[in-house]
Amino acid sequence: MTITVQIPTALRRLTAGAGRITCSATNLGELFSVLDQQFPDLNPHLRDEAGQIRRFLNVYVNEEDIRFLGGNTYAFQDGDEVLLVPSIAGGSAEAVDVEPSVS
Amino acid sequence: MSVTSSVPAKYELRCRECVKTWGNQPRSICDDCFSPLEVSYDYDSIRATFTRERIAQGPPSMWRYADLLPLPENFQPTVPAGFTPLLQAPRLARQLGAKNLYLKNDAVCLPTLSFKDRVVAVALAQARSFGFDTVACSSTGNLANSLAAQAARNGFQSWIFIPADLEPAKILGTQVFGAKLVRVAGNYDQVNRLCSQIADERSWGFVNVNLRPYYAEGSKTVGFEIAEQLGWRLPDNIVVPIAGGSLITKIKKAFDELIQLGLVEPKPVKFFGAQATGCSPISTAVKTGSSEIEPQKPATIARSLAIGNPADGHYALKTIKHSGGWSEDVSDPEVVNSICLLAETEGIFTETAGGVTVGTAGKLYRQDRILPEETTVLCITGNGLKTTDVLVGKYETDEPIPPKIAEFDKYLERTLNAPQKNVPKKDVPETVEA
Repeated sequence: MTITVQIPTALRRLTAGAGRITCSATNLGELFSVLDQQFPDLNPHLRDEAGQIRRFLNVYVNEEDIRFLGGNTYAFQDGDEVLLVPSIAGGSAEAVDVEPSVS
Repeated sequence: MSVTSSVPAKYELRCRECVKTWGNQPRSICDDCFSPLEVSYDYDSIRATFTRERIAQGPPSMWRYADLLPLPENFQPTVPAGFTPLLQAPRLARQLGAKNLYLKNDAVCLPTLSFKDRVVAVALAQARSFGFDTVACSSTGNLANSLAAQAARNGFQSWIFIPADLEPAKILGTQVFGAKLVRVAGNYDQVNRLCSQIADERSWGFVNVNLRPYYAEGSKTVGFEIAEQLGWRLPDNIVVPIAGGSLITKIKKAFDELIQLGLVEPKPVKFFGAQATGCSPISTAVKTGSSEIEPQKPATIARSLAIGNPADGHYALKTIKHSGGWSEDVSDPEVVNSICLLAETEGIFTETAGGVTVGTAGKLYRQDRILPEETTVLCITGNGLKTTDVLVGKYETDEPIPPKIAEFDKYLERTLNAPQKNVPKKDVPETVEA
Protein backbone atom coordinates (compact mmCIF):
# COMPACT_ATOMS: atom_id res chain seq x y z
CA MET A 1 0.00 0.00 0.00
CA THR A 2 1.29 3.43 -0.92
CA ILE A 3 0.12 6.89 0.05
CA THR A 4 1.42 10.25 -1.14
CA VAL A 5 2.07 13.22 1.13
CA GLN A 6 2.26 16.75 -0.22
CA ILE A 7 4.57 19.07 1.69
CA PRO A 8 3.78 22.82 1.58
CA THR A 9 6.50 25.15 0.36
CA ALA A 10 7.03 26.57 3.85
CA LEU A 11 8.25 23.19 5.09
CA ARG A 12 10.28 22.04 2.10
CA ARG A 13 13.47 23.47 3.50
CA LEU A 14 13.11 20.73 6.13
CA THR A 15 12.56 17.96 3.56
CA ALA A 16 15.61 18.66 1.39
CA GLY A 17 13.29 20.40 -1.07
CA ALA A 18 10.98 17.42 -1.51
CA GLY A 19 7.38 18.46 -2.23
CA ARG A 20 5.91 14.96 -2.52
CA ILE A 21 6.76 11.98 -0.42
CA THR A 22 5.46 8.44 -0.80
CA CYS A 23 5.30 5.93 2.02
CA SER A 24 3.25 3.01 3.30
CA ALA A 25 2.00 4.43 6.61
CA THR A 26 -1.37 3.01 7.61
CA ASN A 27 -2.57 5.86 9.82
CA LEU A 28 -1.68 9.40 10.88
CA GLY A 29 0.51 8.30 13.79
CA GLU A 30 2.54 6.04 11.53
CA LEU A 31 2.82 8.77 8.93
CA PHE A 32 4.31 11.14 11.47
CA SER A 33 6.76 8.43 12.56
CA VAL A 34 7.85 7.90 8.97
CA LEU A 35 8.33 11.64 8.50
CA ASP A 36 10.24 11.81 11.80
CA GLN A 37 12.66 9.16 10.60
CA GLN A 38 13.20 10.68 7.18
CA PHE A 39 13.21 14.34 8.23
CA PRO A 40 14.01 14.74 11.94
CA ASP A 41 13.83 18.56 11.72
CA LEU A 42 10.24 18.43 10.49
CA ASN A 43 8.65 16.92 13.58
CA PRO A 44 8.51 20.05 15.79
CA HIS A 45 6.63 21.81 13.02
CA LEU A 46 3.96 19.15 12.84
CA ARG A 47 3.45 18.27 16.49
CA ASP A 48 3.66 20.21 19.73
CA GLU A 49 5.62 19.33 22.85
CA ALA A 50 2.85 16.99 23.99
CA GLY A 51 2.99 15.10 20.69
CA GLN A 52 -0.35 16.47 19.52
CA ILE A 53 -0.78 17.70 15.96
CA ARG A 54 -0.23 21.46 15.92
CA ARG A 55 -3.36 23.55 16.23
CA PHE A 56 -2.71 25.50 13.04
CA LEU A 57 -1.88 22.53 10.84
CA ASN A 58 -4.73 20.94 8.90
CA VAL A 59 -4.42 17.45 7.44
CA TYR A 60 -6.54 16.49 4.43
CA VAL A 61 -6.98 13.10 2.80
CA ASN A 62 -8.14 13.31 -0.82
CA GLU A 63 -9.39 16.86 -0.16
CA GLU A 64 -11.35 15.90 2.98
CA ASP A 65 -10.36 17.17 6.42
CA ILE A 66 -9.07 14.09 8.24
CA ARG A 67 -11.12 15.07 11.31
CA PHE A 68 -14.27 14.21 9.34
CA LEU A 69 -12.78 10.78 8.56
CA GLY A 70 -11.97 9.84 12.13
CA GLY A 71 -8.72 11.73 12.66
CA ASN A 72 -6.04 9.56 14.23
CA THR A 73 -8.16 6.45 13.79
CA TYR A 74 -8.55 6.80 10.03
CA ALA A 75 -6.91 3.88 8.18
CA PHE A 76 -5.17 5.11 5.03
CA GLN A 77 -6.25 3.43 1.80
CA ASP A 78 -3.95 2.58 -1.07
CA GLY A 79 -3.48 5.66 -3.25
CA ASP A 80 -4.60 8.17 -0.60
CA GLU A 81 -3.25 11.66 -1.17
CA VAL A 82 -2.46 13.47 2.07
CA LEU A 83 -2.18 17.27 2.19
CA LEU A 84 -0.57 19.24 5.00
CA VAL A 85 -2.01 22.76 4.90
CA PRO A 86 -1.41 25.51 7.42
CA SER A 87 -4.54 27.12 8.82
CA ILE A 88 -4.49 30.76 7.80
CA ALA A 89 -5.45 32.57 10.96
CA GLY A 90 -4.67 36.15 11.84
CA GLY A 91 -6.58 36.91 14.97
CA SER A 92 -5.27 37.89 18.31
CA ALA A 93 -7.13 37.44 21.55
CA GLU A 94 -4.48 39.24 23.54
CA ALA A 95 -2.55 41.22 21.02
CA VAL A 96 -1.38 43.96 23.35
CA ASP A 97 -0.92 41.84 26.45
CA VAL A 98 2.69 41.32 25.47
CA GLU A 99 5.27 44.02 24.97
CA PRO A 100 5.54 45.37 21.45
CA SER A 101 8.60 43.95 19.79
CA VAL A 102 9.38 46.92 17.57
CA SER A 103 11.28 49.79 19.04
CA MET B 1 7.87 42.23 -7.33
CA SER B 2 9.60 43.25 -4.17
CA VAL B 3 9.19 40.87 -1.28
CA THR B 4 9.79 43.30 1.54
CA SER B 5 8.42 46.82 1.80
CA SER B 6 10.52 49.82 2.71
CA VAL B 7 8.08 50.82 5.43
CA PRO B 8 9.68 52.31 8.53
CA ALA B 9 9.44 49.85 11.41
CA LYS B 10 6.35 51.37 13.06
CA TYR B 11 4.77 47.96 12.72
CA GLU B 12 5.87 44.50 11.66
CA LEU B 13 4.77 40.90 11.57
CA ARG B 14 5.29 38.78 14.64
CA CYS B 15 4.44 35.15 15.34
CA ARG B 16 1.51 34.83 17.72
CA GLU B 17 3.00 31.77 19.36
CA CYS B 18 6.80 31.83 19.23
CA VAL B 19 7.07 35.67 18.99
CA LYS B 20 9.63 35.58 16.18
CA THR B 21 9.48 38.76 14.07
CA TRP B 22 9.26 38.72 10.29
CA GLY B 23 9.46 42.37 9.21
CA ASN B 24 6.87 43.33 6.59
CA GLN B 25 6.22 40.89 3.77
CA PRO B 26 3.36 38.95 2.19
CA ARG B 27 3.27 36.09 4.64
CA SER B 28 0.74 34.80 7.14
CA ILE B 29 2.44 31.90 8.89
CA CYS B 30 5.60 31.52 10.87
CA ASP B 31 7.97 29.16 9.08
CA ASP B 32 9.41 28.12 12.41
CA CYS B 33 6.27 26.94 14.19
CA PHE B 34 3.52 27.12 11.55
CA SER B 35 1.52 29.52 13.73
CA PRO B 36 -0.27 32.68 12.54
CA LEU B 37 1.47 36.01 12.22
CA GLU B 38 0.07 39.19 13.73
CA VAL B 39 0.86 42.85 13.07
CA SER B 40 2.53 44.35 16.14
CA TYR B 41 3.06 48.07 16.62
CA ASP B 42 5.49 50.34 18.35
CA TYR B 43 2.81 51.89 20.55
CA ASP B 44 5.22 54.37 22.13
CA SER B 45 5.88 56.00 18.78
CA ILE B 46 2.15 56.17 18.02
CA ARG B 47 1.04 57.54 21.39
CA ALA B 48 1.83 61.18 20.61
CA THR B 49 -0.20 61.33 17.40
CA PHE B 50 -3.07 58.96 18.11
CA THR B 51 -5.19 61.34 20.19
CA ARG B 52 -8.91 62.12 20.31
CA GLU B 53 -8.26 65.60 18.94
CA ARG B 54 -6.18 64.42 15.98
CA ILE B 55 -8.69 61.73 15.16
CA ALA B 56 -11.56 64.26 15.23
CA GLN B 57 -9.73 66.28 12.57
CA GLY B 58 -9.39 63.24 10.33
CA PRO B 59 -11.63 62.23 7.42
CA PRO B 60 -15.11 60.72 8.05
CA SER B 61 -13.84 57.26 7.16
CA MET B 62 -11.74 54.46 8.65
CA TRP B 63 -8.63 56.38 7.59
CA ARG B 64 -9.03 58.66 10.62
CA TYR B 65 -7.39 55.78 12.53
CA ALA B 66 -4.51 55.35 10.05
CA ASP B 67 -1.89 55.51 12.82
CA LEU B 68 -3.08 52.15 14.13
CA LEU B 69 -3.33 50.48 10.74
CA PRO B 70 -0.47 48.79 8.88
CA LEU B 71 -0.31 51.21 5.94
CA PRO B 72 2.67 51.95 3.71
CA GLU B 73 4.31 55.33 4.03
CA ASN B 74 2.56 58.05 2.00
CA PHE B 75 -0.43 55.82 1.41
CA GLN B 76 -3.31 57.66 -0.28
CA PRO B 77 -6.75 56.09 0.30
CA THR B 78 -8.88 55.44 -2.78
CA VAL B 79 -12.16 54.43 -1.09
CA PRO B 80 -14.02 56.12 1.79
CA ALA B 81 -14.61 52.88 3.69
CA GLY B 82 -15.86 52.82 7.25
CA PHE B 83 -17.13 55.38 9.76
CA THR B 84 -20.59 53.88 9.40
CA PRO B 85 -23.45 54.98 11.67
CA LEU B 86 -23.77 53.83 15.26
CA LEU B 87 -27.50 54.07 15.87
CA GLN B 88 -29.59 53.85 18.99
CA ALA B 89 -32.26 51.20 18.43
CA PRO B 90 -35.15 51.90 20.83
CA ARG B 91 -37.83 50.08 18.87
CA LEU B 92 -35.78 46.94 18.39
CA ALA B 93 -34.74 47.24 22.04
CA ARG B 94 -38.37 47.09 23.15
CA GLN B 95 -38.86 43.90 21.16
CA LEU B 96 -35.74 42.27 22.58
CA GLY B 97 -36.30 43.39 26.16
CA ALA B 98 -33.39 45.83 26.03
CA LYS B 99 -33.15 49.43 27.15
CA ASN B 100 -29.78 50.60 25.91
CA LEU B 101 -29.20 49.05 22.53
CA TYR B 102 -27.05 50.27 19.63
CA LEU B 103 -26.51 49.04 16.09
CA LYS B 104 -23.19 49.42 14.30
CA ASN B 105 -24.50 49.57 10.77
CA ASP B 106 -21.98 48.26 8.25
CA ALA B 107 -24.88 47.42 5.92
CA VAL B 108 -24.04 50.87 4.54
CA CYS B 109 -20.25 50.57 4.51
CA LEU B 110 -18.71 51.85 1.27
CA PRO B 111 -18.05 50.89 -1.42
CA THR B 112 -19.84 47.49 -1.41
CA LEU B 113 -22.11 47.52 1.65
CA SER B 114 -20.35 45.21 4.09
CA PHE B 115 -17.62 45.40 6.72
CA LYS B 116 -15.31 43.58 4.31
CA ASP B 117 -14.66 46.94 2.63
CA ARG B 118 -12.51 47.81 5.65
CA VAL B 119 -10.23 44.79 5.46
CA VAL B 120 -9.84 44.85 1.70
CA ALA B 121 -8.81 48.51 1.78
CA VAL B 122 -5.91 47.72 4.10
CA ALA B 123 -4.91 44.56 2.25
CA LEU B 124 -4.75 46.35 -1.11
CA ALA B 125 -2.65 49.13 0.37
CA GLN B 126 -0.07 46.48 1.20
CA ALA B 127 -0.59 44.57 -2.05
CA ARG B 128 0.47 47.70 -3.92
CA SER B 129 3.42 48.21 -1.61
CA PHE B 130 4.60 44.62 -2.11
CA GLY B 131 4.38 44.98 -5.88
CA PHE B 132 1.54 42.57 -6.66
CA ASP B 133 -0.44 43.21 -9.84
CA THR B 134 -2.91 40.38 -9.21
CA VAL B 135 -4.95 40.01 -6.05
CA ALA B 136 -7.18 37.13 -5.02
CA CYS B 137 -9.34 35.72 -2.25
CA SER B 138 -11.55 32.88 -1.13
CA SER B 139 -14.91 34.26 -0.12
CA THR B 140 -18.42 33.59 1.12
CA GLY B 141 -19.59 36.59 -0.91
CA ASN B 142 -19.08 39.94 0.77
CA LEU B 143 -15.31 39.74 0.49
CA ALA B 144 -15.71 38.77 -3.17
CA ASN B 145 -17.79 41.90 -3.84
CA SER B 146 -15.40 44.16 -2.00
CA LEU B 147 -12.20 42.79 -3.49
CA ALA B 148 -13.62 42.88 -7.02
CA ALA B 149 -14.71 46.51 -6.61
CA GLN B 150 -11.58 47.79 -4.93
CA ALA B 151 -9.31 45.85 -7.30
CA ALA B 152 -11.07 47.57 -10.20
CA ARG B 153 -10.67 50.99 -8.61
CA ASN B 154 -7.00 50.41 -7.89
CA GLY B 155 -6.06 48.78 -11.18
CA PHE B 156 -5.40 45.24 -9.96
CA GLN B 157 -6.40 42.04 -11.74
CA SER B 158 -8.54 39.99 -9.37
CA TRP B 159 -9.18 36.26 -9.04
CA ILE B 160 -12.00 35.33 -6.73
CA PHE B 161 -12.87 31.83 -5.52
CA ILE B 162 -16.32 31.11 -4.11
CA PRO B 163 -18.49 28.14 -3.16
CA ALA B 164 -20.68 27.44 -6.19
CA ASP B 165 -23.97 27.88 -4.29
CA LEU B 166 -23.54 31.54 -3.28
CA GLU B 167 -26.45 33.96 -3.50
CA PRO B 168 -27.02 35.23 -7.08
CA ALA B 169 -26.66 38.87 -6.00
CA LYS B 170 -23.23 38.20 -4.55
CA ILE B 171 -22.11 36.43 -7.72
CA LEU B 172 -23.37 39.21 -9.97
CA GLY B 173 -21.98 41.81 -7.58
CA THR B 174 -18.55 40.30 -8.15
CA GLN B 175 -18.70 39.75 -11.90
CA VAL B 176 -19.85 43.30 -12.62
CA PHE B 177 -16.45 44.63 -11.56
CA GLY B 178 -14.61 42.53 -14.12
CA ALA B 179 -13.17 40.03 -11.67
CA LYS B 180 -12.22 36.50 -12.69
CA LEU B 181 -14.74 34.49 -10.72
CA VAL B 182 -14.01 30.83 -10.03
CA ARG B 183 -16.97 28.84 -8.68
CA VAL B 184 -15.79 25.80 -6.77
CA ALA B 185 -17.99 22.75 -6.27
CA GLY B 186 -17.55 22.61 -2.52
CA ASN B 187 -18.12 24.51 0.69
CA TYR B 188 -16.10 27.52 1.84
CA ASP B 189 -13.65 25.41 3.82
CA GLN B 190 -12.80 23.48 0.67
CA VAL B 191 -12.46 26.71 -1.31
CA ASN B 192 -10.19 28.12 1.36
CA ARG B 193 -8.00 25.03 1.39
CA LEU B 194 -7.70 25.20 -2.38
CA CYS B 195 -6.69 28.86 -2.15
CA SER B 196 -3.98 28.03 0.39
CA GLN B 197 -2.58 25.59 -2.16
CA ILE B 198 -2.83 28.08 -5.02
CA ALA B 199 -1.20 30.79 -2.91
CA ASP B 200 1.64 28.36 -2.31
CA GLU B 201 2.25 28.11 -6.05
CA ARG B 202 1.54 31.57 -7.46
CA SER B 203 2.79 35.09 -6.86
CA TRP B 204 -0.62 36.54 -6.20
CA GLY B 205 -1.67 38.72 -3.33
CA PHE B 206 -4.30 36.59 -1.62
CA VAL B 207 -5.87 39.08 0.74
CA ASN B 208 -7.00 36.42 3.20
CA VAL B 209 -3.99 34.13 2.83
CA ASN B 210 -0.56 35.72 2.37
CA LEU B 211 -1.83 39.27 3.07
CA ARG B 212 -4.07 38.15 5.93
CA PRO B 213 -2.20 39.73 8.86
CA TYR B 214 -2.57 43.17 7.24
CA TYR B 215 -6.08 42.53 5.93
CA ALA B 216 -7.40 41.46 9.33
CA GLU B 217 -6.19 44.69 10.95
CA GLY B 218 -8.83 46.60 8.96
CA SER B 219 -11.49 45.04 11.19
CA LYS B 220 -10.12 46.98 14.16
CA THR B 221 -11.72 50.12 12.78
CA VAL B 222 -15.16 48.74 13.73
CA GLY B 223 -14.00 48.81 17.34
CA PHE B 224 -12.35 52.24 17.10
CA GLU B 225 -15.52 53.71 15.62
CA ILE B 226 -17.83 52.20 18.23
CA ALA B 227 -15.71 53.69 21.02
CA GLU B 228 -15.50 57.12 19.39
CA GLN B 229 -19.20 57.19 18.49
CA LEU B 230 -20.12 56.29 22.07
CA GLY B 231 -18.24 59.41 23.16
CA TRP B 232 -14.89 57.69 23.71
CA ARG B 233 -16.15 54.99 26.00
CA LEU B 234 -16.51 51.26 25.63
CA PRO B 235 -19.82 49.39 25.68
CA ASP B 236 -20.67 46.79 28.31
CA ASN B 237 -21.39 44.15 25.69
CA ILE B 238 -20.87 43.59 22.01
CA VAL B 239 -22.56 40.95 19.86
CA VAL B 240 -20.56 39.96 16.79
CA PRO B 241 -21.41 37.47 14.04
CA ILE B 242 -18.73 34.81 13.69
CA ALA B 243 -17.59 33.22 10.46
CA GLY B 244 -13.80 32.75 10.44
CA GLY B 245 -13.54 34.39 13.86
CA SER B 246 -11.32 37.32 12.94
CA LEU B 247 -13.72 40.25 13.44
CA ILE B 248 -14.46 39.57 17.10
CA THR B 249 -10.78 39.21 17.97
CA LYS B 250 -9.88 42.39 16.12
CA ILE B 251 -12.58 44.42 17.87
CA LYS B 252 -11.06 43.16 21.12
CA LYS B 253 -7.63 44.24 19.91
CA ALA B 254 -9.01 47.68 19.01
CA PHE B 255 -10.52 48.17 22.47
CA ASP B 256 -7.26 47.02 24.10
CA GLU B 257 -5.25 49.45 21.99
CA LEU B 258 -7.54 52.35 22.89
CA ILE B 259 -7.12 51.52 26.58
CA GLN B 260 -3.37 51.15 26.24
CA LEU B 261 -3.06 54.50 24.46
CA GLY B 262 -5.33 56.24 26.98
CA LEU B 263 -8.21 57.15 24.66
CA VAL B 264 -10.80 55.32 26.74
CA GLU B 265 -11.09 54.33 30.38
CA PRO B 266 -10.25 50.68 31.02
CA LYS B 267 -13.42 48.66 31.26
CA PRO B 268 -14.31 45.00 30.93
CA VAL B 269 -16.34 44.40 27.79
CA LYS B 270 -18.18 41.14 27.32
CA PHE B 271 -17.86 39.66 23.84
CA PHE B 272 -20.74 37.57 22.49
CA GLY B 273 -20.50 35.43 19.37
CA ALA B 274 -23.47 34.94 17.03
CA GLN B 275 -23.74 31.92 14.74
CA ALA B 276 -26.32 30.05 12.70
CA THR B 277 -27.22 26.71 14.22
CA GLY B 278 -26.40 25.04 10.91
CA CYS B 279 -22.81 26.20 11.22
CA SER B 280 -21.96 26.74 14.85
CA PRO B 281 -18.50 25.39 15.73
CA ILE B 282 -17.77 28.32 18.06
CA SER B 283 -21.08 28.45 19.90
CA THR B 284 -20.97 24.68 20.27
CA ALA B 285 -17.53 24.91 21.87
CA VAL B 286 -18.69 27.69 24.20
CA LYS B 287 -21.87 25.90 25.23
CA THR B 288 -20.14 22.58 25.83
CA GLY B 289 -17.25 24.18 27.69
CA SER B 290 -14.71 22.82 25.22
CA SER B 291 -11.41 24.55 24.60
CA GLU B 292 -11.13 22.87 21.21
CA ILE B 293 -13.23 23.57 18.14
CA GLU B 294 -14.67 20.65 16.23
CA PRO B 295 -15.12 21.45 12.53
CA GLN B 296 -18.60 21.18 11.05
CA LYS B 297 -20.12 20.78 7.60
CA PRO B 298 -22.15 23.98 7.13
CA ALA B 299 -25.88 23.75 6.39
CA THR B 300 -27.48 27.19 6.76
CA ILE B 301 -28.98 30.01 4.72
CA ALA B 302 -26.49 32.34 6.43
CA ARG B 303 -23.90 31.60 3.77
CA SER B 304 -21.68 34.52 4.67
CA LEU B 305 -21.13 32.82 8.05
CA ALA B 306 -20.89 29.28 6.67
CA ILE B 307 -17.34 28.47 7.71
CA GLY B 308 -17.19 25.12 9.46
CA ASN B 309 -13.47 25.20 10.21
CA PRO B 310 -12.88 28.78 11.37
CA ALA B 311 -9.22 29.72 11.01
CA ASP B 312 -9.41 32.19 13.88
CA GLY B 313 -11.81 30.06 15.89
CA HIS B 314 -9.27 29.37 18.60
CA TYR B 315 -8.69 33.07 19.21
CA ALA B 316 -12.38 33.93 18.92
CA LEU B 317 -13.15 31.32 21.56
CA LYS B 318 -10.49 32.75 23.88
CA THR B 319 -11.80 36.27 23.37
CA ILE B 320 -15.33 35.23 24.30
CA LYS B 321 -14.36 33.11 27.29
CA HIS B 322 -11.83 35.53 28.78
CA SER B 323 -14.32 38.38 28.54
CA GLY B 324 -17.03 36.51 30.45
CA GLY B 325 -19.21 36.51 27.34
CA TRP B 326 -21.03 33.70 25.62
CA SER B 327 -22.00 32.44 22.19
CA GLU B 328 -25.40 31.38 20.90
CA ASP B 329 -26.85 30.25 17.59
CA VAL B 330 -30.19 30.58 15.84
CA SER B 331 -32.12 28.49 13.30
CA ASP B 332 -32.70 29.53 9.71
CA PRO B 333 -36.38 30.52 10.35
CA GLU B 334 -35.18 32.65 13.26
CA VAL B 335 -32.64 34.30 10.94
CA VAL B 336 -35.37 35.28 8.47
CA ASN B 337 -37.69 36.54 11.19
CA SER B 338 -34.88 38.56 12.72
CA ILE B 339 -34.07 40.19 9.36
CA CYS B 340 -37.71 41.27 9.16
CA LEU B 341 -37.78 42.38 12.79
CA LEU B 342 -34.77 44.66 12.33
CA ALA B 343 -36.22 46.09 9.12
CA GLU B 344 -39.63 46.76 10.67
CA THR B 345 -38.35 48.28 13.90
CA GLU B 346 -35.31 50.28 12.81
CA GLY B 347 -35.51 50.61 9.04
CA ILE B 348 -32.34 48.63 8.43
CA PHE B 349 -32.34 45.85 5.86
CA THR B 350 -29.56 43.47 6.75
CA GLU B 351 -28.40 40.23 5.18
CA THR B 352 -28.60 36.82 6.80
CA ALA B 353 -25.57 37.44 9.02
CA GLY B 354 -27.38 40.43 10.52
CA GLY B 355 -30.40 38.23 11.13
CA VAL B 356 -28.12 35.83 12.97
CA THR B 357 -26.82 38.67 15.14
CA VAL B 358 -30.24 40.10 15.98
CA GLY B 359 -31.71 36.67 16.67
CA THR B 360 -28.78 35.72 18.87
CA ALA B 361 -29.03 38.99 20.79
CA GLY B 362 -32.68 38.22 21.55
CA LYS B 363 -31.67 34.86 22.98
CA LEU B 364 -28.92 36.43 25.08
CA TYR B 365 -31.37 38.93 26.60
CA ARG B 366 -33.85 36.17 27.35
CA GLN B 367 -31.11 34.13 29.00
CA ASP B 368 -30.14 37.17 31.15
CA ARG B 369 -26.61 36.93 29.81
CA ILE B 370 -27.11 40.52 28.67
CA LEU B 371 -29.06 42.76 31.04
CA PRO B 372 -31.47 45.40 29.72
CA GLU B 373 -29.75 48.49 31.16
CA GLU B 374 -26.28 47.56 29.91
CA THR B 375 -24.89 49.40 26.90
CA THR B 376 -24.92 46.79 24.18
CA VAL B 377 -23.83 47.06 20.55
CA LEU B 378 -24.91 44.67 17.80
CA CYS B 379 -22.61 44.50 14.78
CA ILE B 380 -24.64 44.52 11.57
CA THR B 381 -22.05 43.53 8.99
CA GLY B 382 -23.87 43.27 5.67
CA ASN B 383 -26.75 44.46 3.49
CA GLY B 384 -30.04 42.66 2.90
CA LEU B 385 -30.18 43.52 -0.79
CA LYS B 386 -27.51 40.86 -1.31
CA THR B 387 -29.55 38.00 0.20
CA THR B 388 -33.10 38.68 -0.93
CA ASP B 389 -33.41 35.04 -1.99
CA VAL B 390 -34.07 34.03 1.63
CA LEU B 391 -37.19 36.24 1.67
CA VAL B 392 -38.74 34.77 -1.45
CA GLY B 393 -42.30 33.73 -0.58
CA LYS B 394 -42.26 35.68 2.66
CA TYR B 395 -44.53 38.44 1.37
CA GLU B 396 -47.58 38.42 -0.87
CA THR B 397 -47.86 40.85 -3.74
CA ASP B 398 -51.43 42.01 -4.49
CA GLU B 399 -52.88 42.25 -7.94
CA PRO B 400 -52.49 45.80 -9.32
CA ILE B 401 -55.49 48.11 -9.06
CA PRO B 402 -56.74 50.38 -11.84
CA PRO B 403 -55.59 54.01 -11.46
CA LYS B 404 -58.97 55.22 -10.18
CA ILE B 405 -59.78 56.65 -6.77
CA ALA B 406 -62.89 54.51 -6.50
CA GLU B 407 -60.77 51.42 -7.03
CA PHE B 408 -58.39 52.49 -4.33
CA ASP B 409 -61.30 53.06 -1.93
CA LYS B 410 -62.49 49.53 -2.65
CA TYR B 411 -58.97 48.22 -2.20
CA LEU B 412 -58.68 50.01 1.12
CA GLU B 413 -61.93 48.57 2.35
CA ARG B 414 -60.89 45.09 1.28
CA THR B 415 -57.51 45.44 2.89
CA LEU B 416 -58.70 46.89 6.17
CA ASN B 417 -61.35 44.24 6.55
CA ALA B 418 -59.04 41.37 5.63
CA PRO B 419 -56.36 39.82 7.80
CA GLN B 420 -53.16 41.81 7.45
CA LYS B 421 -51.07 41.03 4.42
CA ASN B 422 -47.47 41.89 3.70
CA VAL B 423 -46.56 41.54 7.34
CA PRO B 424 -44.22 38.76 8.28
CA LYS B 425 -45.76 36.15 10.47
CA LYS B 426 -44.59 36.45 14.05
CA ASP B 427 -44.58 32.69 14.32
CA VAL B 428 -41.22 32.39 15.96
CA PRO B 429 -41.89 34.30 19.15
CA GLU B 430 -38.62 33.30 20.78
CA THR B 431 -36.79 35.69 18.47
CA VAL B 432 -38.89 38.70 19.35
CA GLU B 433 -40.11 38.35 22.89
CA ALA B 434 -38.21 39.22 25.98
